Amino acid sequence: MDVKTGFFYLFSVVLLFAAFRVITARNPVHAVLFLMLSFSQASAIWLLLKAEFLAITLVLVYLGAVMVLFLFVVMMLDIKIDALRQGFWKHFPLAVTLGAVVVLEMAMVLMAGFRVSEEPRVARVIGQPLLEVSNSKELGKLLYTQYVYPVQVAAVILLVAMIAAIALTLRARKDSKAINPSEQVHVRASDRLHIVKLDPTRPAPAVEAAPEENKA
Amino acid sequence: MTLTLTLGHYLTLGAMLFALAVVGIFLNRKNLIVLLMAIELMLLAVNLNFVAFSHYLGDMHGQVFVFFILTVAAAESAIGLAILVLLFRNKSSINVDELNTLKG
Repeated sequence: MDVKTGFFYLFSVVLLFAAFRVITARNPVHAVLFLMLSFSQASAIWLLLKAEFLAITLVLVYLGAVMVLFLFVVMMLDIKIDALRQGFWKHFPLAVTLGAVVVLEMAMVLMAGFRVSEEPRVARVIGQPLLEVSNSKELGKLLYTQYVYPVQVAAVILLVAMIAAIALTLRARKDSKAINPSEQVHVRASDRLHIVKLDPTRPAPAVEAAPEENKA
Repeated sequence: MTLTLTLGHYLTLGAMLFALAVVGIFLNRKNLIVLLMAIELMLLAVNLNFVAFSHYLGDMHGQVFVFFILTVAAAESAIGLAILVLLFRNKSSINVDELNTLKG
């Protein structure tokens, strides 16, 4: 067993243990922390697979941004855990059966009828000569030439997600004295100034006011 | 048992991770936030498969696909968490069973 295999088994065991703890942890904060652990182990496994750029992206984007977002949200919500754990053991047999079925089927397919070449090849664009270049360089070339429109679409998706997240959670203050520019622009003179026709003299008010003053 | 790593090792790992996530969805079907985390685990398992295939078949396009999956997953979790916060603000609970307002 060479070093790489040993590291693979180490990372896999930690990854599976962390994933198991994510789904069984009582405290959601612990679940998020174990999820961070499992993502870091997955990133290490991707490093074994010579996908350096994606491994670093996983650490930066997932551990650095998405998981911190999860942690913030979990800590912000005041969750009553006991009510949410109801039915945990009731669903346990069904869940374990389903999981075992998934694993067994996948294992059967992988062990019996699945043949690919066993030795790894350096990932590259098919049809181009094999050059010893870095993974990031190769990925960048592909992203900015062949996949340039999908990259733009991904950027738009991220923008839409950002706007949606802000618009959903934005809570405007009720007592804010901000003015609406649109209303300001569309104002007309007749909204601001009313010219009311009045008679130059009005008849004197009735005499009922005098006794009330005496009462007060 | 072979001592060198094959594609099957990575695919089996991905399958086990995916199965764990499915089990997690069944076990924590009341807790919305753990459901979101289980979905993240599923996406991680799928990404692991993509990277493993990309390595063993020598094709770079699989890694490009993982890149886009990561983008969409980040957007999905951001919007999902925003909806979760909004939900908690309105109902003071994230119990999936109580989310039956839209039931006809």
